[in-house]
Amino acid sequence: MIGKLAWFSTSLLVLTWQPAWGQGKDFKDDMAERTRACTACHGDQGKAGPDGYYPRLAGKPAGYLFNQLKNFQEGKRHYNLMTRLVDPLSDAYLLEIAQHFASLKLPYPAPALPSARVSAQVLKRGKQLALEGDAAKDVPACTACHGTKLTGVQAHVPGLLGLPLDYLNAQLGAWQTHQRKARQPDCMKEVVARLQSEDLVAVATWLSTQNMPTDTAPASKVSSPLKASWLCGSAPELSKVQP
Amino acid sequence: MMFPQHFWRNVAWLWLTATVLLVIAVVIDNHRDLWEVQPRPQTTNTTLATQISQGQTLLQIGNCLACHTERGQPMGAGGRPFETPFGRVYSNNITPDMAQGLGTWQADDFWRALHYGKSKDGRLLTPVFPYKHTTLISRGDSDAMFAALKTLPAETTQNPIPKVSESLDWPFNSGVAIAIWRSLFFSPGTYKPQVTQSNEWNRGAYLAQGLGHCAACHSPRNAWGASGEVNDFSGGLMPLVNWYAPSLLSAQETGLAQQSISEIALLLKSGRNATAVASGPMAEVVKHSTQNWPEADLLAVASYLKEQAQTNSASAIVNKPSITKSSGNFLSLGAKIYEQHCEQCHQAKGQGVVNAYPALAQNRAILLSDPTNLVQAVLYGGYPAATAHNPRPFGMPPFVLTLEDREIAAVLTHLRSQWGNQASEVTPLQVNRIRALQGK
Repeated sequence: MIGKLAWFSTSLLVLTWQPAWGQGKDFKDDMAERTRACTACHGDQGKAGPDGYYPRLAGKPAGYLFNQLKNFQEGKRHYNLMTRLVDPLSDAYLLEIAQHFASLKLPYPAPALPSARVSAQVLKRGKQLALEGDAAKDVPACTACHGTKLTGVQAHVPGLLGLPLDYLNAQLGAWQTHQRKARQPDCMKEVVARLQSEDLVAVATWLSTQNMPTDTAPASKVSSPLKASWLCGSAPELSKVQP
Repeated sequence: MMFPQHFWRNVAWLWLTATVLLVIAVVIDNHRDLWEVQPRPQTTNTTLATQISQGQTLLQIGNCLACHTERGQPMGAGGRPFETPFGRVYSNNITPDMAQGLGTWQADDFWRALHYGKSKDGRLLTPVFPYKHTTLISRGDSDAMFAALKTLPAETTQNPIPKVSESLDWPFNSGVAIAIWRSLFFSPGTYKPQVTQSNEWNRGAYLAQGLGHCAACHSPRNAWGASGEVNDFSGGLMPLVNWYAPSLLSAQETGLAQQSISEIALLLKSGRNATAVASGPMAEVVKHSTQNWPEADLLAVASYLKEQAQTNSASAIVNKPSITKSSGNFLSLGAKIYEQHCEQCHQAKGQGVVNAYPALAQNRAILLSDPTNLVQAVLYGGYPAATAHNPRPFGMPPFVLTLEDREIAAVLTHLRSQWGNQASEVTPLQVNRIRALQGK
């Protein structure tokens, strides 16, 4: 009897779930539905693509994501598929898309183990650059802008942890060859220009092997404003004296 | 057979005379602005501010700044590359910059550019600039557009814009080649209102044939790259860009004759209506141009195009779909791909979702005999233009990295033969050709 009832109620459920003509099965009028074109490559809810080249979007600062969408539109970043997708969209909608992904909180995957071929020396150099910088070359530490925990800073600076090595290498390489740019004055371009390719690989390798801290949220502000000589067009708040 | 020597001498003279006459004709044809009486700048009692605001609207109707702005560069500073079968052409700087833009130009010079396709320095402009259409623009409108351009900030691109002589292939990069082309395919003209038609019809025709330059894409181009007449809306494949601009006359392709004027205007205003979505280059046109047109102009163009479709539908080519029997394997592959990648949005019976995902059943865009646009849509996905009427559009992911040519061909063939759809098979070769041409 109970089995029959269960069967009956299930079939009722199925009947009531029958989509109306043109309304769409499983269709929800929300941002997740609107950003299917994004999540097809960047993973469900923007948790990152499977192959290491489509970075995570979820939980990154909204201002950073918006700047990147505009950079593709304005030719400061180059990837044909992205450019074609964002071209017809308005600033207001791009901001809404950025805010949507920024608001998603998802667990991070475990970081990659350093490959056996990576020497301890490389990891040491990477760690040094990330946490202390290189005073001789006047290169600040990654943590100076990207947050003491390297999880990014609101509203425009991305976190550097939880990203695949391939993606980090590709991006630093793109900064080096001016394929990737940010708004002038372009502080990241300046940082990359002062480093050798080996340094870039070292810091990318170290970053890709680090565990996420328990609190993965971007910091609300930088711990101390940047030295006067450093200005970032895409994140002007980094240089201002924080209130 | 032997001819006496004086016969050959006569032939040579005749040939030489004909050539010289032809050269003179080409030269005269290309420089008629030097003796033709030009219309004087119109002295109206409108203020400069009104003239500038009219000019800004006209610039938007012509979508001038979209072509004269390169990605990430200052507005109007030119430098946007246009690939043609004859090489590349970069748009010019139309800001008031003194060295590279129109800083030293007068209203007369601007009129000469629009009406004769000639630069201030007498250089013949390449027909990538659609002067076949802009020649119809009235002197009053030309002056208003020029006044509006004068208010842009004077800017230049970061890198100098390559000259036509450097960027076009030999021998098309020479003034002589451009002069001959112009003699063959271009003559300056003015729009002559049809007295039998209403003012609205004439306004629509003036805009569609002139400033709006619809036929620059919506007409077939010949082997020399020339588009059809200004009122030829029979559809055309845009070379190298590789999108098919559908016929505005055919019931099968855009079906304007069957739609209400307000539906046609709605597509231009919002980027979509009940039966169509503007995609590819037309989405760009909607975003930068038509969504901002004055309502009256949208309705005028819509009613003119509808009337053209009604009166010319008989002459529009009706493509009888040649249905080839695809192999069972190919069809079942198509059905499988559809279920995996398409059904979630476009639904099991291809009925789509109202206001989100277009129906594929009985969709004119699906049934086009030329499958180019479909292949583009599947390879690269895309969003419709975000407009005031459709501010948060739904989008389609690119499949260029996930599906092979054969899979794309199979799924397109599948949806062209389901739910009452009847259109020809799409072959992997067709997909491959478009994928290869898009490059990167």
